[in-house]
This record gives sequence, structure tokens and C-alpha cells, in this order.
Amino acid sequence: MPLLDVRDLVVEFPTRHGTLTAVDSVSFTVDKGERLGIVGESGAGKSVAAFAILNLLSRPGRIGGGSITFEGRDLTKLNRQQMRSVRGNRISMIFQDPMMTLNPVLTIGTQMVETLKAHRDISDAEAKRIAIARLGEVKIPSPENRMASYPHELSGGMRQRVVIAIALLTEPALIIADEPTTALDVTIQAEIMSLMLALCKTHGVGLILITHDLAVVSQVTQRVVVLYAGRVVETGQTARVVHDPVHPYTRGLLAALPGEGTPGARLNQIRGGMPSLNAIPEGCAFHPRCDFVQDRCRAAVPPLDDFDGHRVRCVRADDLIAGAAA
Amino acid sequence: MMGHAATTPTPDTATAPPLVEARGIVKHFDLGGHFLQRERPMVKALNDVSIAVRRGEAFCLVGESGCGKSTLARVIMGLLDPTEGEIHFDGTRIDALRHKARRPFHRRMQMIFQNPYASLNPRRTVQQTLEEPVRFHFPALSDAEVKERVERVMVSVGNDPGWGQRYPHEFSGGQRQRISIARAMMVDPDLVVADEPISALDVSIQAQVLNVMMDTREKHDLTYLFITHDLSVVRHFGSRVGVMYLGTLCELAETATLFARPRHPYTRILLSAIPRVSTEEMQPPGLPGEVPSAMNLPSGCVFHDRCPLANTRCSAEVPKALPQDDGALVACHAVEEGRG
Repeated sequence: MPLLDVRDLVVEFPTRHGTLTAVDSVSFTVDKGERLGIVGESGAGKSVAAFAILNLLSRPGRIGGGSITFEGRDLTKLNRQQMRSVRGNRISMIFQDPMMTLNPVLTIGTQMVETLKAHRDISDAEAKRIAIARLGEVKIPSPENRMASYPHELSGGMRQRVVIAIALLTEPALIIADEPTTALDVTIQAEIMSLMLALCKTHGVGLILITHDLAVVSQVTQRVVVLYAGRVVETGQTARVVHDPVHPYTRGLLAALPGEGTPGARLNQIRGGMPSLNAIPEGCAFHPRCDFVQDRCRAAVPPLDDFDGHRVRCVRADDLIAGAAA
Repeated sequence: MMGHAATTPTPDTATAPPLVEARGIVKHFDLGGHFLQRERPMVKALNDVSIAVRRGEAFCLVGESGCGKSTLARVIMGLLDPTEGEIHFDGTRIDALRHKARRPFHRRMQMIFQNPYASLNPRRTVQQTLEEPVRFHFPALSDAEVKERVERVMVSVGNDPGWGQRYPHEFSGGQRQRISIARAMMVDPDLVVADEPISALDVSIQAQVLNVMMDTREKHDLTYLFITHDLSVVRHFGSRVGVMYLGTLCELAETATLFARPRHPYTRILLSAIPRVSTEEMQPPGLPGEVPSAMNLPSGCVFHDRCPLANTRCSAEVPKALPQDDGALVACHAVEEGRG
């Protein structure tokens, strides 16, 4: 049984102009200790899906259907009290902006001790000892002294390390990281991502890494889900998806990365932009931007076909995979 | 036509005279401080930086937050006055010119900013935004001529001229950035300084905007000074690259040379940290500590306290940018001495 099993998740936002569907029947699983990437551009629904798992959707957002089974319990059926025993305890979340997690008027130490005591019945001294050990693990220099620091006294990279230390405090089974290094410089990004990778391995923690960056996903995760306009368009082993992408959107995203092609050559661009939620095209949502569009693409949403564990939502998937094999 | 032939940087830019030159630029920001303090606190943003951007090239400045790349761009544009040093544009020293004398140079150098949500006036239509610089710099043009020019430039950067009557909020980030490019192109500049123009955009949209910038360069014989933290963009777009760290230039080279033979230890670490589409797991870059404060610069080489090759000379003596056999400039004692 997987650690987390999200099945046919629908997230809706009722508005005056009708109901917007931000996440449309999305399914994925995370095994114990597995690292999953969720990739997509702005508006693809990747953060909303993650927020739904922790029941953190802001109004009027709501789960419109599906189930989220974590450690044998359906999280959509838990009350607030029960949810609190999961959120921040069994599942931790890391946000893009560390200041979304850190309280600016409390010291790092206070915040860490509070977090621990909220979930466990332990003494202050014991909580402090665990907190210092965790700060050391995320390679914060002289962790004892840092316990007395306020968040503003730390750099962006250090703050994100503290957030990771807090996420690890309660020994969660799963960490959800939403663009954890997008705001950081490349050297710090490499530092933080390799640290997260190592910690997930040593603690056997599962990871959902939400990002727009396929390169980061390829170097950190084992499986990947590519979202477009709220639907899964391609999913499978990360190595297979990034090296032999099938869906025209995934192919387009990879081809658009500078640094892969000949310097100075025109970059492969995907025309147009992500549709807005109130105007998701009929049929395959990607069809207005696709170079290979056919009549049947406009008629109905293509199914997510399974090719030996590599699943693709495209009417041409058969031909494309056959073509790649030939 | 979407896919035309590759536009590799033309080789004659290698010998072209510099269009814009920054010589020995120092920029310190005085933080005021208390009158009893012996030393006034200063942010030493740029410390003796020199670059020369040749006509027709796409010169990239790279570095991480706080390295001074944007400050240098702003000093070159005249948005900040240098504490020391000179700016030369097309053979004329412009930093000491009075405002009015500098105006013709303002027309010839235009800027594109990172945030297309902040750089377009939300209360003006696109048409008004695009007309203003033309009317300012070409007061003799008639209304009809101004309108014709707006339309011509919009078409040339691949925008629908029908956008003119709409307001910025009606456009996506990528479209806004293409409007910013059009605005910069309105007055027929020689140099466009672009400060992280695609960093705020989605990947598929970044490619669109970069393509527009490359096309525009070719069509209008433009020179670019491109500021970015994204080395994969540099590799694709740049003819030469300057790598900055903490207010100094550590290495300057042809793009191909820099990527094939990075020499400065900081450049090497920076290149190794770029995420690639690869199944190799991400590794720590091997860069201990954090960037020191620009208020309290390390002695000698500013990189020495994080450098794997540093020795006592590095902490005592500021390295000079020395030319290498392939024309690269490297400011590093270890490279000079052949250590490591």
C-alpha cells in the first residue's frame, strides 16, 4: 500500500461566474521514502493540489471529489482536530518563502520547541536538544547560538535550512515542498536540494517536490507528474519522462530550456500561454498550443493511457511511443 | 516563420570597437550612520569594475544576489552616479555630462526591467506608454508619424498592433515583457540593457521572449547588455560573459570559452551548480559559508574565505584581472600561479 494515494482529486473554486476547476481528476501515489515531482507552469494546479492534501485550501476553494488516503486514512474525511495530528506532524510542508513558515517575532529556538511540544509530550530541555540536533543536520553553523536568533538575522538560504529543520522535527513520513528553492541563487539551490535529497534518504521520508523546473526534478525525484491546466498530461519514472517525453507539452517544455540546444539558435517555443481557469479549451486542454492537433483532440479529453507504467494523455501517444521505439 | 536558421554571434563583433565602456567603476552607498561612529557604514556595491561592451554583441553579466550586476547596469544607464570611474558611450565620456547634454545618449541606451508588472504604468494604455518616449526624443514627428512608428515597432517585435488600446492588466507576463521590449525599441536605441528580463516568466514563455530579443538584435543591429543569474540563458544568448562576485569581476571571457574552460574557482562552482536535465543526483556545490556582507568586505580577494584554492597571498592582495592565452580575463592568484 502506498504511503499517500491521491485518487481522482478535484479542487473547485465556486465564483459568481460559475465553478472553476483548478485540479481535475488528478491521481498519484507516493510510496514510503519515495520522491515524487509535480511539474507545471503557473496556473497548472500544482500548488492547489498540494494544499488540498493538507486541507489548506483558502476559501472558496474546496475539494470537489476524490480521495486522499494517507497511512490508511482518508484525509478528506478528517475533522480539524484529526487533521492537526497529521499536518505538521506526519506530513510537513515547506513553502517557497521561508517567511511563510517562520514567525518574525519569535526566535528560531522558540518556534522549534513550540512545534515539537505541540505534537509531543516532552520536556523543554528534550525539545531543545532535538531542535539543536536538527539544526546541525541541516548544516547550520553553531546551532546552539542560532537557537536565539530571529529569522531576519539569517540569510534566505539559512532561513530555508531552518524551515527544513522544522519540517523534520516531528519525524514526518512525508514532506511536501512547494518551490523550495525558486527564490534562491543557484549555488544555494544546489546546496539546499542536495541536502533535502540526502535527508529524505537517511530518514526514509517521502517527498513531493512541486516545481516548474524540470532540471531540478530530474536530479532529485524518482517519479514525476506533469500537470497542465489542472490535469495530468504525463507521468512515470522521472528518467524516462525527461529522456523520452511523449506528450507534446512535456516535449515542448524540455525543448524550451536554454542550454540544451545550440547556442544562438532559436529556442523551441510553445506558442500562446496557459489557459485561464474560466476558459479551459474543450477536449485536450493543450490543443490550441499543440503543433500536431487533430479533430479528435478538440472533441473529447483524451484518456491517460498506460504504457508500461509511463502514462500519457494524448491521442497520438501510441504512434509517438512506437515511433520512439522504432 | 517560426524556425529559421541559427543566428550564432557574428565573428566580427570580436574586433568591433566598444559601444559602451565602464572604466574602474566604484559604487559605494553611504548608509549615513551615527555621527559618533568613526567610520560611516558603506555598502561597497562595486569595487573597481571595468567592462567594455562591443558594438553588436550580447554581453552578459552573471552572478548571484548582491554581486553588483544590477548596480553596474544602473550606473551605465546613468540611473546611479558612480562613486569613482568613468562611463564612455561611443567614444564620449557621459557620466560627467550635464543632464541636457546627456539626453541624446539616453535615447541611444534603453532598459528592460525584470518585473513587467511594475515597469508598465497601469493607468496608461499600451499606445500611450509606447508613444511617450517617441514624443520626448523626437518632438518634430507628427501624430501620424508617431502612430506609424508605434505600429511598425509592435509588428517588428511580433506583437499585435491592436494591443494599443488596452491596459497592462489585460496582458500576461510574457506579453507585458514583449510590450516592454517594444517600448525600449521605440526610440531606435543602439544599446539595450536588460536586467533579468525573463526571470519572472514561465519556461515556455521565457523561450518566446528570448526569441523576440534575439530576432530584434539581428533586425535592428542592437547591442545587448544582459543581466541574469541564469547561466543556461547566458550559454544560449551571450557572446561574452562577465562573472561577478561581491562587487568585483572575477572572470570575463567569450561564452564558449567560459563554458568550456571556466578558470576562476567561483566560476567553476557556479557552473557546476546549474541544474541539468540529467539522472545524476544533485550534488552540493562545495561552496562553504555564505556571501560576506558588502559593508565589510574580506581583505585581498573577496572570494578567498570561501575558495578551495586560497592561500595567504589571496587574503592579503587583491588579484588583478590578467589576460589568458585565449583572451579570457581572470582575476585569481591561484590561476596566475597555476595552483589547482
